[in-house]
Parts: sequence; C-alpha cells; structure tokens
Amino acid sequence: MSTAVEAVPTKPWKASTRERATDCAIFLVSIISSYTVVAVTPMKGKLAYFALFFIAYAILTSVFRATQRGSAAAKDALVNSLVAIGAIVTVIPAASILATVLAKGLPGISFGLFRHDMALATPTDPLSNGGLLHAITGTLTLVLIALILSVPIGILTALYLTEIKGRFTGPIRFLVQAMSGVPSIVAGLFILSAILYPITKAYSGLMGSLALTILMIPTIARTSEEVLNLIPNELREAGTALGGTQWRTVVMIVLPAAKSGLVTAIILGVARIAGETAPILLLTGGGDRVNPSAFNGPMGSLPYYIWKSFNAGSPESITRAWAGLLVLVGLVLILFTSARFLSSRKAAK
Amino acid sequence: MTIQEILIPAPREITTEPRRSDKVFRGVVTAGGLSSLLLLGLIALFLGYRGFEVLRQEGIGFITHSDWSISTDDAGNVVESHFGLAAMLVGTILCSLVAVVIALPVSVFCALFLNFYSPGWLKKIMVTVIDMMAAFPSILFGIWGFLVLMPSVEYWAKLLHRYLGFIPVFDMQVRVFTRSPFVAGVVLSIMIIPIITSVSREIFSQAPLDRIQAAYALGATRWAMIKAVVIPHGRSGVIGGAMLGLGRAMGETVAVFTVLNIVFQINWQMLLGAGGNVASLIILKFGDASPYEIKALMAAGLVLFLLTLVVNGLANFIVKTTGKSGR
Repeated sequence: MSTAVEAVPTKPWKASTRERATDCAIFLVSIISSYTVVAVTPMKGKLAYFALFFIAYAILTSVFRATQRGSAAAKDALVNSLVAIGAIVTVIPAASILATVLAKGLPGISFGLFRHDMALATPTDPLSNGGLLHAITGTLTLVLIALILSVPIGILTALYLTEIKGRFTGPIRFLVQAMSGVPSIVAGLFILSAILYPITKAYSGLMGSLALTILMIPTIARTSEEVLNLIPNELREAGTALGGTQWRTVVMIVLPAAKSGLVTAIILGVARIAGETAPILLLTGGGDRVNPSAFNGPMGSLPYYIWKSFNAGSPESITRAWAGLLVLVGLVLILFTSARFLSSRKAAK
Repeated sequence: MTIQEILIPAPREITTEPRRSDKVFRGVVTAGGLSSLLLLGLIALFLGYRGFEVLRQEGIGFITHSDWSISTDDAGNVVESHFGLAAMLVGTILCSLVAVVIALPVSVFCALFLNFYSPGWLKKIMVTVIDMMAAFPSILFGIWGFLVLMPSVEYWAKLLHRYLGFIPVFDMQVRVFTRSPFVAGVVLSIMIIPIITSVSREIFSQAPLDRIQAAYALGATRWAMIKAVVIPHGRSGVIGGAMLGLGRAMGETVAVFTVLNIVFQINWQMLLGAGGNVASLIILKFGDASPYEIKALMAAGLVLFLLTLVVNGLANFIVKTTGKSGR
C-alpha cells in the first residue's frame, strides 16, 4: 500500500498569529506612547495625538521590520504608514465639512424657511422671520437658463471633437481644457464688461446665467467627449452602411446610445455651477424677494444669500448662512449622487 | 439598340460630396466647437479693451507697484489714482504655492494608497468621497475654513514659528497669525487635493502592469516596486496635475477672500496675517468702485486670466504628453 500523501494547501502569504500579535502590540504601544507624550510635554490638541501616534507607529514598524528583514522591508513599512496618512488626511476634511454643515445647519432649517423670502426681514432677524425661498427659486432659474445655453454648445463641441474630427480638433480640445481653468471671477468680469455695462446696464438673473454658462460649457464638453469616445465605432459604421447620412447617424444612433452618459455630463456641469459664488456677486444684484423674471430686477440665489448672511455677522445670520449651505450642499450631493448612479448603471450594462 | 438603352440605366453618379443636410450638420457642429475659441478670445479682448486706459496710464507699474488708491473730487472726477498689482500677485503666488506644497505629497500618497494598497471596497468609497469634494462649492470651503479650520491652523502656524522660525519662510517680525497666507494656503490645499489626487490616480493606474509584476517577481517590496516602476512612469503626469491644482488655487476667489486679510503691501512671510490675492481684490473693491476703478479691476482680471491660462495650458500639455487620457 502506498501511503497517500495528503496535500494540504498552505497560505504562505497570510499573516501568522504571531505576526498579527506583533502588529497589534505595535499599534497599542504607539497609542500609549502618543498619550504619554501629550501628557508629559507641552504639545496639546487633537492633532498632537494623531501626529504622535503616526510617528510612533511608523518608527516602531520600520525598526521592527529592519531587525527582522533588513532595510528594504523597513522602508516599505515606513511608506505604508505615509500612504495611510495621505489617505486619512484627504478624507478627514470631507468628513469634517459634512459633519459641520449638518451640525450647524440643521438648527436653522425649518418649514417656514422654504415658504418665505427675505423681503420683509434682514439676516440678523430671529430665524422665524423670512426664509430662503427667493434664493432657491433664484438658483433654480439661474441654473435653468445656464443649462439651456450651455448644453447645446457643450454637446456640439464634444460632437465636433469626436464625430467631425476636423482641422481644429487639437486646438479646440486644448482651448476647452484651458477654458475649464478660467477663474469664475474672470467669467463674471467678462460678462460685466461685454454685456452688462454696454448693453443692459442693470443687474439681472440673466447676466449671472451667462457667466455660469461660460463655466459650465467646458465641464459638459469634456465629460460628453469622454462618453462619446466610448461609443463603439461599429455603431457609426452600421449607421452609415444602412445609408444614413452622418447627421442621421449621429442624431439617431450615437446620441441615443450615449444618452445616460450625456445626462451625467449635464448633471456634473450643474453641480459645478450651482454653488458658484464670485460671478453671482458681481452680476445678479442679489435681490431679497422672489423674482420670477430673469430679465429684469435683481435676482437672489443661494450663494448670494449665504454670502450676505455670513457677512452680516450676528449669530442668527451665521445660522442662516449654515442653513443655506446645508440646502446648497444637499442640492449638490443629490445631483452628484444621481450622476454617479446613472454612470454606474451604464458601466454595469 | 433602343431596348438595351431602356434596360440598362445610366450609371449613378458616385460622389464623396456630402449631402446638403450633412453640410449643414457639419457647419453647425463646427460652429459650436469653435465657440470656445470665440469665448476665450472675447474674454481677453473685452477685459483688455476695458482695462486698456488703466494699463496705458500705469504701464509696467501695474504689475510692479503695490499701492492701490484712487481719489475723486466732489463731481466724481478722478483726481489721482495709483493702481499696482504687485502685492496681490505676490500674495496669489504665495498662497497657491503653499497650497501646492501641502497638497502635492498628500495627494500623491493618497493616489498610491488608492491604486496599490487599498482593498477594492475602500477604494470605491474613497474615490466617491474625493470626487464629491471636488464638487463642493467654494463658499463652503471658505466658511468652513474661517469658522472651523482657522483656529487650528493658527495654532499650527504658531508651532511652526516657534520651532522652525530659524528657517526664513517661517520667520516673522510682527507676531500676527490671524488670516495669514498660510491659512489661505491650507484652505486652498484642501480644495485642490481632490484634483491632484484624481489626476495622479489616473496616471498611476496606467503604469505598465507587466513591469509591476516583473518587479514583484524579482522580489521587490511594494515600495521598491513603486519607486522603480510607478514613479518614473507617472512623474511628469503628477507635476502636470500639481500645476492644474496651482491654476485652480490661483483663480480661487471666495474661499480666499473669506480667510485672508488683504493688505496692499508686498509680503513674502507666509505666517504673517497680511496677504493679497488678485481675485479677492476684485471682490473687495468691486462694491464701491468708481467707473475708473472698475477699469483697473478689469485690467487685474485680464492679468489673472492670462496667468491661469498659461499655468493651465502648461499643465494640460504636461499631462497630455504623459498619460493617454490626461484630465
């Protein structure tokens, strides 16, 4: 009888109990040392705990690895810690911002806030007076007009870059990218100098929308270009082979195929401009009552409302600003999540 | 003879000439595509046109002097005016440099973490959070920075001054830490970390897989692999990403205005509570500016526009020449 050798699969890459125990020990020792150092030395504050913990952890793991496996492993362990710090430092502000907005904004949110405007109230009034109805309607109006103006231009630009690929493809791609770096205040100044002063001579919602359009076009154009590039060329060839002209192929095949991606592009564009403040401050005039007309009269908006309340400086007005910020962030997050949802559904297909 | 003529139709004329509908379509799309060119041109043209008077009067002094004053008589006529952007330009460069110096290592480490260290689920969450941060409105960063972040940053600034004050950049004579370029730089760095991270992540993910595996097969540790393969591949792309961040930081208006104390004096000491920023200057002076001062602000806008255009153009060029799909 030959003895059957039973091959037991081993997992040499898995950490053994002993390795895990040392890891835990190093972790605990670093926490303890950070607490003791903070207690003994004059360094104080949350940051001190955090920094000392990481310094202790990095040093301990590297020394430990160095004794066990030499200097290369020690460097690797050090970089492990650095990389973890980088990731944590990136995420902490986002968490802090969201937590702060929720904590400070929620007390200012009430039902009345969405039913009244500030026509009969000032930012320093008690919170029961006035609301941000005018700001919400204003922001929606501004975004709507900017959408109507920028979506055709943005998508046409993307179509030029992907479908026509003419002589100007290189320069236009470069310019669109350059345009996405145009500071928002410069867009505001441009509308001010080119349209507001010579032609209309009055603040209105339309002026704000025009500036937002300039900021929105590059976002839409670049995202749409990426989406249109993903449409397989076979679809275009099939359209042409069926006898379609280029224009019918694009309108009836390419665009419908890219629909959800284009919607994502538009939503990202809206998220980009919804909270844009600088051009709004220059151009809209920031009225305090609901203004149904974008073409005459100053137009309020969420960023302007937040700005005005924040600068008024009293506790009530600061709470107002946080409540406005909460509404604005909520709006941006809803837009952002729906864009994510749409694009992920497309990728899953 | 006649029958054959009837049976065989004349050959159809084959042409590569597009039909009229296609010509119209191509025309419309090209026009739409060229609109970005038109818009950028118009921006430069109009700002230059409005600011021309001031630029001509001030000459090169517009970017080398640092006083900004205008006095008018009772009728509103300009008696005397001095417009100089030097302090603001220095402040803009200082703030955005501080921002990039802080943001660059953090973003690069974060991008390395996302690509080579993180488990899949964590990567997905973190990428969503980082993209979300990029979509936060700047006024949010400004107010959060002013009310929440500034006290901590002032404390850090004091630590830096006390322990590292012998290094010239951390040195200062007057001990005023509030609303310094350093604070603005920290707020800006938080705003540009998402940008630099996502560019670096994209560049790193294009690192050749076969070389990564070859490095591992030769027994490299993760860091040795990154040093030998990923960093040489992504170096210039990361620099391009950092410059995109720099461009964004230079043009930022509201967030900087909220946290920075604007003073018309050239100040290179980043911990001192006196700085400048071209974009914030425009917001600051716009409210009660006379028509002539508005022209000066337009000229300032033109300078800012050209500055960001150059930085962004350079950044895009660098990113494009490294990665295939640079952002």
